[in-house]
Amino acid sequence: MKGWMGKLRTFIILGSLAFILSGCGRDNLTALVPKGYGAQVSMDLIILTTVVMTFVFIVVMIIFILVLLKFRKKKGDKVINPEQTEGNKLLETVWTIIPIILVVIMAVPTVYATFHLADDSDKDDHINIHVFGNQYWWHYEYEGEDVSASQDMYIPKGEKVYIHLLTKDVLHSFWVPSLSGKLDVNPENVNTMYMEADETGVYFGKCAELCGPSHSLMDFKVVVVEPEEYEQWLDDMRDFDADEVELDAVAQEGKELFEANNCLSCHATDLQDSNFSQEGGEADRVPIGPDLTNMADRSRIAGVVPFDNEDEQKEELAKWIKDPESIKPGNKMTDAVEAQGITDEEAEKIAEYLLQLNPSEVSAKEMEVKN
Amino acid sequence: MAQDHSNLFPDTLPAEPDKATLEGKNKFFGLWFFLGGETVLFASLFGVYLALKNSTAGGPSSTEIFGLGLVFLMTMLLLTSSLTSVYAMYHMRNGDYKKMVLWLAITGLLGIGFLVGEVYEFAHYITEYGFSFQSSAFGSAFFALVGFHGGHVVFGICWLITLLVRNAKRGLNLYNAPKFNTFSLYWHFIDVVWVFIFTVVYLMGKVG
Amino acid sequence: MSSIAATNKRGFGAFLWDYLTTVDHKKIAHLYLAGGGFFFLLGGLEALIIRIQLIRPENDFITAGFYNEMITMHGTTMIFLAGMPILVGLMNAAMPLQIGARDVAFPFLNALSFWLFFFGGLLLNVSFLTGGAPDSGWTSYASLAMASEGHGVDYYIAGLQIAGAGTLMGGINFIATIVTMRAPGMTYMRMPLFSWATFITSVLILFAFPPLTINLFLLMFDRMFDTAFFNVALGGNTIIYQHLFWIFGHPEVYILILPLFGVFSEVFSTFSRKRLFGYTAMVFATMLIAFLGFMVWAHHMFTVGLGPVANSIFAVGTMAIAVPTGIKIFNWLLTMWGGQVTINSAMLWALGFIPTFTIGGMTGVMLGSSVADYQYHDTYFVVAHFHYVIVGGTIFGIFAALHYWWPKMFGRVLNEALGKWTFWLFFIGFHLTFFIQHFLGLMGMPRRYWVFLNDQGLEAGNLISTIGAFFMTAGTIFFLVNVIVSARGEQAAADPWDARTLEWTISSPPPYYNFEQLPLVRGLDPLWIEKTEGDGTMPPGEPLDDVHMPNGSIIPFLMSVGFFISGFGFIYQTDSSIWYLALYGGLAFSISCMIVRSLKDDYGYYIPKEELEKALKGEAK
Repeated sequence: MKGWMGKLRTFIILGSLAFILSGCGRDNLTALVPKGYGAQVSMDLIILTTVVMTFVFIVVMIIFILVLLKFRKKKGDKVINPEQTEGNKLLETVWTIIPIILVVIMAVPTVYATFHLADDSDKDDHINIHVFGNQYWWHYEYEGEDVSASQDMYIPKGEKVYIHLLTKDVLHSFWVPSLSGKLDVNPENVNTMYMEADETGVYFGKCAELCGPSHSLMDFKVVVVEPEEYEQWLDDMRDFDADEVELDAVAQEGKELFEANNCLSCHATDLQDSNFSQEGGEADRVPIGPDLTNMADRSRIAGVVPFDNEDEQKEELAKWIKDPESIKPGNKMTDAVEAQGITDEEAEKIAEYLLQLNPSEVSAKEMEVKN
Repeated sequence: MAQDHSNLFPDTLPAEPDKATLEGKNKFFGLWFFLGGETVLFASLFGVYLALKNSTAGGPSSTEIFGLGLVFLMTMLLLTSSLTSVYAMYHMRNGDYKKMVLWLAITGLLGIGFLVGEVYEFAHYITEYGFSFQSSAFGSAFFALVGFHGGHVVFGICWLITLLVRNAKRGLNLYNAPKFNTFSLYWHFIDVVWVFIFTVVYLMGKVG
Repeated sequence: MSSIAATNKRGFGAFLWDYLTTVDHKKIAHLYLAGGGFFFLLGGLEALIIRIQLIRPENDFITAGFYNEMITMHGTTMIFLAGMPILVGLMNAAMPLQIGARDVAFPFLNALSFWLFFFGGLLLNVSFLTGGAPDSGWTSYASLAMASEGHGVDYYIAGLQIAGAGTLMGGINFIATIVTMRAPGMTYMRMPLFSWATFITSVLILFAFPPLTINLFLLMFDRMFDTAFFNVALGGNTIIYQHLFWIFGHPEVYILILPLFGVFSEVFSTFSRKRLFGYTAMVFATMLIAFLGFMVWAHHMFTVGLGPVANSIFAVGTMAIAVPTGIKIFNWLLTMWGGQVTINSAMLWALGFIPTFTIGGMTGVMLGSSVADYQYHDTYFVVAHFHYVIVGGTIFGIFAALHYWWPKMFGRVLNEALGKWTFWLFFIGFHLTFFIQHFLGLMGMPRRYWVFLNDQGLEAGNLISTIGAFFMTAGTIFFLVNVIVSARGEQAAADPWDARTLEWTISSPPPYYNFEQLPLVRGLDPLWIEKTEGDGTMPPGEPLDDVHMPNGSIIPFLMSVGFFISGFGFIYQTDSSIWYLALYGGLAFSISCMIVRSLKDDYGYYIPKEELEKALKGEAK
């Protein structure tokens, strides 16, 4: 008895210590500190159900411990034949009725919240973004704005943003824990959800449905900015023309290499040639590889590799261009890179060029540094 | 060690020779439970079919290709075979082995007739309409459901032939009576499934 | 016959032949336990590799592709090749004895079930040696499974199809056994809870496995024969796969847990020396759980986008399962209340189950709240939850059952000290591994992640979790040591626990015919009744007579080999048509086995009355 309890106590202390040490997880990633409407609704239900269930657990444990204290056969006790009780109608009724009441207490708000979050009747009055999942990156089309981007999704603070999800290949799931619960990205139908962020910042997004070897590396960012910054970002993206960027000699060489190596057949470097005026939501229009229009503004290389300064950024990008397989196993660029046979030097030049692509002052990189 | 199995071969058979032994009872219940599982198996296929029946991907649709004439004939053949297997079981319970075999043979022939119809039907779809199980999700679901049933008919006929050949010279006894009975139960099940296929796939498919 | 020879000393060859041809439910139980135990160790090793990979951020202990193979094989192995077979083994060992039967309804089929499971499992694991195991998760969702290169997923399909057929037959077999072969006086409402659980679980198997069979067929046709069930371009729909999978998958969870509810009922009752509290309520709660188990599959699909109506219905249904489960927990507690509770290894596992499974049940209800699930779904919270129920319920229960029935199955009592070491190491290790994972999930760690990134606040939790995994490994090693040590240990008496049910009325291990005379059952807990109201022995329910026994057969083994070979044919025929040789050859071999079986009349044999009389006299001494 004592050993049992003692070990349980040690375990609880150890467990809670570890929990306190790691806190609630990293800001802007953890679902435990909600910073958006959907996440808040989920969190409310998480707290409600946890409280109710903890109550049940405590009741069970009290009876359990009492049983062990009172009825354990101790050393030297004579073997007895206790009374063979068949049951107790009253008790059995009580522990049937009370759980039913508890279930109702949890079920009603759950059903309410389910319908509430699924109500998309006002979507025409709000921003609509079409999100496309790809092995292992994300693409966004801003409906009615003639703007698209990859990897970093910019949204304005405090505004309802509708997100329409469709995959180009296998199943993915779109999850930004701090802002909202997740929704699957299916191949056959468009799923719709909305988000509303309370604070500006760079939020971490994850793919939550096994999608291949690099499933764990399919990270993305949701960049929440002030509404006027959001408008500015849209304008900057729309107007940006990669051919008008002033390049130094090395970057110019990189640009030529970029074109000579057929990179453009998968990656766009600006939105000038695309035809986004069509109705949104067609997966066929999504480029084969991520759009690189605002490559320099991203806070991670390939969504996952961090850097502290611009030199490091260039170094990491060159590494990616040379050998993407070592960073994201199973990605679709590996074969193309091998076919082209890109050298270290060439990769660095291409990286130099790509890091000149920074259409806007509004940038995830800047914001994350500020964080 | 006593190896006397004469209790399996009594001179006069009891009223229900198929359930007179524990083994016979076990076989009877076992087959019923098996059919329970089979029901879910076909229910899953029906579910898949209903979900995909309009997913023709530009290929032929059910209203275009289905013809009810042949299918109606096939339905009649299979339903009649169910009836003849009932006759066979009736004669088994009367201990009339010869008549049982006769009716079972007729059951088998009707089943083969059904299969010939089905093979012709499938061949017709493939050659006339280029409609195969690779054409569209509808095609896959149709051939899976109907073909799976056809496979059951084939299995049933093989089972029946083995039973008849095996017991041709033995007459009826408590050892093989349960075997005939389980076959007949299985055969009824196949017929019931076909009635659903006829309704859900062909009639509803033709009406649209 | 062969079983009599088995009691004599003989060489390894004879021993092997005996087990290859046996149709005796007790020996088939040994086979299931050995086979399931082997795969349990394999699955455990895979788990350990997963935890080592996740010991620190961005670790490169194994590659991403191999990691996905590990998670897939860990899940598939533990559920299909370790958990279920060990449960079927326990059912084989105990259920016929508990209801007072000499064997199961279809002894031949029983052997076939085992060999199909074994060769199916073997086929699945051969994939490691032939260029890659399945890598699309144990769920093997259609879109990813379709895109998966190589033959891994094909192995998954073929292996599970073969093993699944075996399981389905086993289910039918147990149902028929319970319906037709209960001893005189053993009415349904006098059956021990474990036999009830076996019955209900078998019904679940019967209705849950066919959707899986169909699903695997559809996936197989799509991958191997270019059909369009899941090909979106040709109108296919991958959500169908998810539905069919979970229509199977959720009842599967109950298949894994209900038999252990039975085990715990036996253990609590025996070691409290009290009859099970609320027996009738327990039986109906089990049925209700099984029934509701078929109604809630879409709670695995809350984030698929089924719409608020479906999500709400399935959310409420899911929470409702908490009610019958709660009834069970309270009934167990009240079984101990007022009893004399002996705490030994078997009881420790049962006691450890109560808090652990209650936590698993709590998180289950929390997951049932659909909007909260938008956050939990596919994260480590879910991983923690299902390990709390499957390890805390199924594995704890298996350990309890093994300690409880080991004397009956093998004639030796397991060592108590080693048993306690096993429990404490495993119990502490378990909570260390999985409790923290609830928080990891909410802190933003999705499941099936090969690496977690630096600086995302996930380091400490993952480290603790990995340390726990080593404790569990140590616990398992202690159990293996116990098995070896106990093989030379204390010879078990017929009734070492002063227990209550029929299996304890016959010697340990029982004679191959189980009962010389089938006992007459006078109520629930028949042995206890005879101990307190009679002379402690069972009154006979039939006159002493010759006993009919089935003959052993090698055909189940051979048939399964045939299917095993044709499995390779299915997998590789897309590469080269020469593999059709294996496909059709294997099938033809299996079918000829079937034909041989039906052409050759097998009447079984009789044990003469005199031999049974002698045995009865021996026991009386």
